[in-house]
Amino acid sequence: MADKITLEVFRYRPDDNSEPSFQKYMIPLQRDWVILDALNYIKDHIDGTLSYRWSCRMGICGSCGMMVNEKPVLTCAAFLENLIPGPVRIEPLENFPVVRDLVIDMRDFLEKLKRVKPWIIREQEDPAIEEYKQTPDQLADFKQYSMCINCMLCYSACPVYGLEPEFTGPAVIALAQRYNMDNRDHGNSARMDALSDESGMWQCTFIGDCSKVCPKKVDPAGAIQRYKVHGANTWWKNLLLPWAKDK
Amino acid sequence: MKSHVEPFWWSLFGAGGAISALFLPVLSIIIGLAIPFGWIDIPSYEHIYGIFEPLSVRLVLLAIISLSLFHWAHRFRFTLYEGLQLHRFKYIIAILCYGSAITIVAFASYSLWNY
Ligand code: SF4
Ligand code: FES
Repeated sequence: MADKITLEVFRYRPDDNSEPSFQKYMIPLQRDWVILDALNYIKDHIDGTLSYRWSCRMGICGSCGMMVNEKPVLTCAAFLENLIPGPVRIEPLENFPVVRDLVIDMRDFLEKLKRVKPWIIREQEDPAIEEYKQTPDQLADFKQYSMCINCMLCYSACPVYGLEPEFTGPAVIALAQRYNMDNRDHGNSARMDALSDESGMWQCTFIGDCSKVCPKKVDPAGAIQRYKVHGANTWWKNLLLPWAKDK
Repeated sequence: MKSHVEPFWWSLFGAGGAISALFLPVLSIIIGLAIPFGWIDIPSYEHIYGIFEPLSVRLVLLAIISLSLFHWAHRFRFTLYEGLQLHRFKYIIAILCYGSAITIVAFASYSLWNY
């Protein structure tokens, strides 16, 4: 086994007016290293100017997503060993503006997330009730969607988001579903407006790459399809029974 | 397309996908393989004509034809303006796609009605 491997890392430093480029780093190959370990090695021993995001190193914080050999992955969960003999190409997440090196600008995602009100909305609050119990079945309805760690890999994988940046996108719709399907929530119609406009769920053409790359098996593509069925039902109901209350 | 009609087209698209997945493979095998290769006897003109005599059968046929067409129109619309990057012609593409589906459906309804 070779004891070294080459990483080709995307570099972009707007402060010294340099053009984006790739820089090669030769690093020792350790079987138990993930890509993030390799980047940390570079930062600590070879080149301290390299910028990237990470925090938990255990697939929880969702901040270490990058393109590795053109696929969006969590770099703390992708083993170097699987990419032998290299070289391994590391780039910032696709479809996002780059701030510096491997750091992307996630404001667009956060803006969109806010628009779907990702919290439990209650029509009325009864202060006398201290807790709202849920059965395991009620929890199972939305649990999968609550596993999202906002890593945005699905946005990088989504060709529609790449072509139409205004598209609300996979994770945000899945997160809206997480609250819509929670039996404590009454915000369905409040979210529907944001999700059924021109940039909402109808943009999705069910390519399904978001679900393939999701490290948490959230299945955003499935969430969007379920939401489309719900949106279409609501539309027909409003047409045929306009007097019925929107639920 | 305006947001408020999108669910309508999508419903037709979804229904068309389901119905064509159900019926078109059977029809293609019968018409495209079984009959030409002689796996089954060639049915007579009168026989086929007779099958579509009842109005209910013609309505089913119309449903298969029209929903499949709307499925195509919706897919093709997205293929054109995303696949070929024709965003500027978004509305024209939508009108052409759904318009041709509607035209063919109108023609099919007319023919089936005057059967
Ligand atoms: S849905 Fe999956 S891929 Fe998308 S942000 Fe959430 S965890 Fe990441
Ligand atoms: S460092 Fe937290 S998910 Fe990778």
